[in-house]
Amino acid sequence: MLNLKGFRRPLPGTQPNHLHPAYLSSIKRAPTKPLVAIPHTLSEITGPAFGSERADLKAFDLTKQYSGEPLGERIVVSGRVIDEDGRVVPHTLVEIWQCNAAGRYLHKVDQHDAPLDPNFTGCGHTLTDAAGRYRFVTIRPGAYPWGNHHNAWRPAHIHFSVFGPAFATRLVTQMYFPGDALISFDPIFNCTADEAARQRMISRFDWQTTLPEQALGFQFDLVLAGREATPWEPPARAKSK
Amino acid sequence: MSLRATPSQTVGPFFTIGCDRLNTSELAGPNVPGERIEVSGRVIDGDGVGIPDAMLEVWQANSAGKYAHSEDTQDKQIDAGFQGFGRIPTGPNGEFRFITIKPGPVPGPDGRPQAPHIAVSVFMRGLLRRLVTRVYFPEEAANDEDFALNFVEAERRGTLVARKVPGEGNNLEWNIILQGENETVFFDIGL
Repeated sequence: MLNLKGFRRPLPGTQPNHLHPAYLSSIKRAPTKPLVAIPHTLSEITGPAFGSERADLKAFDLTKQYSGEPLGERIVVSGRVIDEDGRVVPHTLVEIWQCNAAGRYLHKVDQHDAPLDPNFTGCGHTLTDAAGRYRFVTIRPGAYPWGNHHNAWRPAHIHFSVFGPAFATRLVTQMYFPGDALISFDPIFNCTADEAARQRMISRFDWQTTLPEQALGFQFDLVLAGREATPWEPPARAKSK
Repeated sequence: MSLRATPSQTVGPFFTIGCDRLNTSELAGPNVPGERIEVSGRVIDGDGVGIPDAMLEVWQANSAGKYAHSEDTQDKQIDAGFQGFGRIPTGPNGEFRFITIKPGPVPGPDGRPQAPHIAVSVFMRGLLRRLVTRVYFPEEAANDEDFALNFVEAERRGTLVARKVPGEGNNLEWNIILQGENETVFFDIGL
């Protein structure tokens, strides 16, 4: 038998529910029946790993994908991927995507009346190093309107996708910027009930990673589910001695 | 105090700009051993409409029932050229399709083999957290004893079992129905 330890479940309120009516798109897309909780098996404890052969070493810099420079404010976004026990998650794939400085995505569905930037694609990826660190150079994304409600504007954000060590640790989230007045009005940001949990999606301005004359630095750590202390045991038979 | 996981957020409507790079609808090259299968279906919303902006990620063992992962310590071989991962975006009518090999049985936490299955994550605009489900295979006696399926009420288990498409080839149909009477079973595995 494989005595494998699963990953911890989130505390109530620290992750969004699928249905969050203030975010209109969730209404027809969230399941209506309760989810079926299962203990983690080998299928959830394993997951895809992506080595350097699947990553482009230059893809961390979104400002150098074309011969010209993208417009906007250059920033450095860096941090660590760690788990809930503070253990670093090395060599894991981190993907990002974002709109340009004017608030426009390079995507045919995005019809926002703001200019595209011929020097900015808005996508990047990297692998964390042995200490779980990642670093992107990009431009600060703009705010943009969306049709969720009257005069709805998304706060500036960067989409992050992380795999972590297992199928069970997969995380897709969004990173916000400190001091953005739009954050508190945003139904997507507000979908998580717990205030402290929401704050973990806001990056922190950081002098240390700020490049003089070049780019402001923002720190953003991604925290993945931690390991259970003990392997799963069948509930009924476990007690008998 | 230990940390808590970062909250999940939706992939939004524009994820393809960042995610297309890993798209893989063919998980197994021609030299990978195993029974070749094609799984196709649609992702359907609460109005019965196909969802054109969803993304599936699938994860599976090889035909011997071995995951290409360091924590799978079973004494079995991994196959060169088979990672077991695929990322598949949906098309204009919510349709998706991937080609792979049928996974072998992997052990469950109770020590007994699980029925062959493919683990699936579903991402889309409107989903603040991914949905997690599994594809099982038709006419598989092991389904009755499967560890995860036994957590599901009997009437709903069918939503997790693909149907054989009549005709040539090993074509399977499996749909992801987000709401309503035939709503697909989604698992709570944490995040």
